[in-house]
Amino acid sequence: MKLKFALMALIVCFAFNVNAQTKHKNGSGAGSITRGLVVYKSVCLACHMATGTGVSHMNPPLINTSYVIGPKPALIKIVLNGFDEDVEINGQKYSNTMTPHSDLTDQQIADVLTYVRKSFGNKASSISAAEVKKAREIK
Amino acid sequence: MSCLAKFGKLILLLMKTKKLFVFMLPVFAAAGLILFNACKSPDDKDAKTDSVKTSNTTPSTADAGLKVPAGFNAVILAENLGEPRHLVVTAQNDIYVHTQGTKDGKGIWVLHDDGDKATIKSGFGNYGGTGIAIKNGYLYASSNSDIYRYKLNDKGEVANPTAPETIVTGLVNKRMHNSKSIALDNDGNIYVNIGAYSNICSEFDKDKKGCPVLNDAAGIWQFKADKPNQKQSDGVRYATGLRNVVGLDWNQQDNQLFVMQHGRDALHDLFPAMYTTKQSADLPSECMYALKKGDNAGWPYVYYDWMQKKLMAGPEYGGDGKKEADAKYLRPAMGYPGHFAPDGLLFYTGSQFPEKYKNGAFIAFHGSWNRAPEPQEGYCVVFQPFKDGKPDGQYEIFADGFAGPDKSPDGAIHRPCGLAQGPDGSLYVTDDKKGTLYKITYKK
Repeated sequence: MKLKFALMALIVCFAFNVNAQTKHKNGSGAGSITRGLVVYKSVCLACHMATGTGVSHMNPPLINTSYVIGPKPALIKIVLNGFDEDVEINGQKYSNTMTPHSDLTDQQIADVLTYVRKSFGNKASSISAAEVKKAREIK
Repeated sequence: MSCLAKFGKLILLLMKTKKLFVFMLPVFAAAGLILFNACKSPDDKDAKTDSVKTSNTTPSTADAGLKVPAGFNAVILAENLGEPRHLVVTAQNDIYVHTQGTKDGKGIWVLHDDGDKATIKSGFGNYGGTGIAIKNGYLYASSNSDIYRYKLNDKGEVANPTAPETIVTGLVNKRMHNSKSIALDNDGNIYVNIGAYSNICSEFDKDKKGCPVLNDAAGIWQFKADKPNQKQSDGVRYATGLRNVVGLDWNQQDNQLFVMQHGRDALHDLFPAMYTTKQSADLPSECMYALKKGDNAGWPYVYYDWMQKKLMAGPEYGGDGKKEADAKYLRPAMGYPGHFAPDGLLFYTGSQFPEKYKNGAFIAFHGSWNRAPEPQEGYCVVFQPFKDGKPDGQYEIFADGFAGPDKSPDGAIHRPCGLAQGPDGSLYVTDDKKGTLYKITYKK
């Protein structure tokens, strides 16, 4: 009995949630986050982990670091050009080289960075496709 | 993504509608429980998909919280040692542990093993690093760019810890894969890994004309063990085409160097049309190689498929996921599942453990990070049986449970790294996550 109730409630929750998502889609960037998660899973997750924690000594975390929540053009540039510099976050160094991801579209980069800047406890502003386009043009 | 993670995500999404969340809290709890149980069994099944022969004997949970075969016991000798990497034990039961970084300006720690506890006697060496070994009355230790040695007195103690001889200096150190593991032979030579400063050389070999990283890295270099101030150019590139080796040991039966290679990452990420995420988690193999001078193991051009037992052409160099590699490259002595991260290798020459362990290999698998979205694996010490100096049959999980419930680099409580054998045949294991030193013994 309990099980049935719980499952039904879950289905109801789901319906509500989908509804909420649809409403947001044209407005505040929830659609961008949803699309960003798809990009994140296929491009970023393997190294930075589902939780954004990265891997000790190798792949830097995406949580509460100025690389992520700081200035947008620098962050966009990391995705476009990759990253091969010494990086120290909270006293720990990270060794792996990040490959460039300039093959992603402006919208995909905007979405994934919006997702990253608003996930894992980060509360930074969204990034638009126009901002990615602009960053791409700066050599 | 695991079943549970999906549920977690659902909750997070729902939290946006706060009122609903409060109203639904009890439901989440109930649904969570149901889902947890539903998720549990498939996850457990996943953990067994690697065709591993588990030990015939009933495992016992020992004092240290590790699962070891019946008759064996694991104790925690010391804790909070920082990030201990490799280690070596003297005839007098002193343990030299090399830590990744330094604490109070010291990167080598001397502990004395009192049986079931070890106490720190002293520390020295103003550099962190991985490699440490004892040969012919000297302690050798490496930073990420140099190799030093210290004269030992007749008690196995470092007589002058502040004045080591520099044996090799200025080894390539370009951040990635920069740990310099070491091993010594019986003819006055020392071998050191110089790892590739790249995953698969793509950033250095865009035109696919040949990977330049192989010139000064991605191999094992041989130096004189007693000659001071050698530069990398003074050494011999003993074997090439090895992406990164952390665990290595000299096999006394074969009088030959054995190394464990960390295989490449990101087959699926880079070639999604050729490799599924599951294939990318299982491939390529982590490989054990028996090396001879001049061997070429083929990185970045080839990789080993442990399921098909085939050496494959790498997708960057004409491979398509099916094409086999040029036969000129060295085949591994044994292949293990992808991304397990072999950080320690030890040939067991003691007499304490049952006969089958003699001259076999223990391998410390640090544990994977590059198997997502598949579950992470490794985080264990395995035993590889050997016969006549060659791997013989399937490996067995020897010590498990280091990670705790969460086998992930972030969630693991402990991660095994270094292995050493004590004078009485006990096995020592370091954990470089929480700084624990384990000792595994056997009683008849």
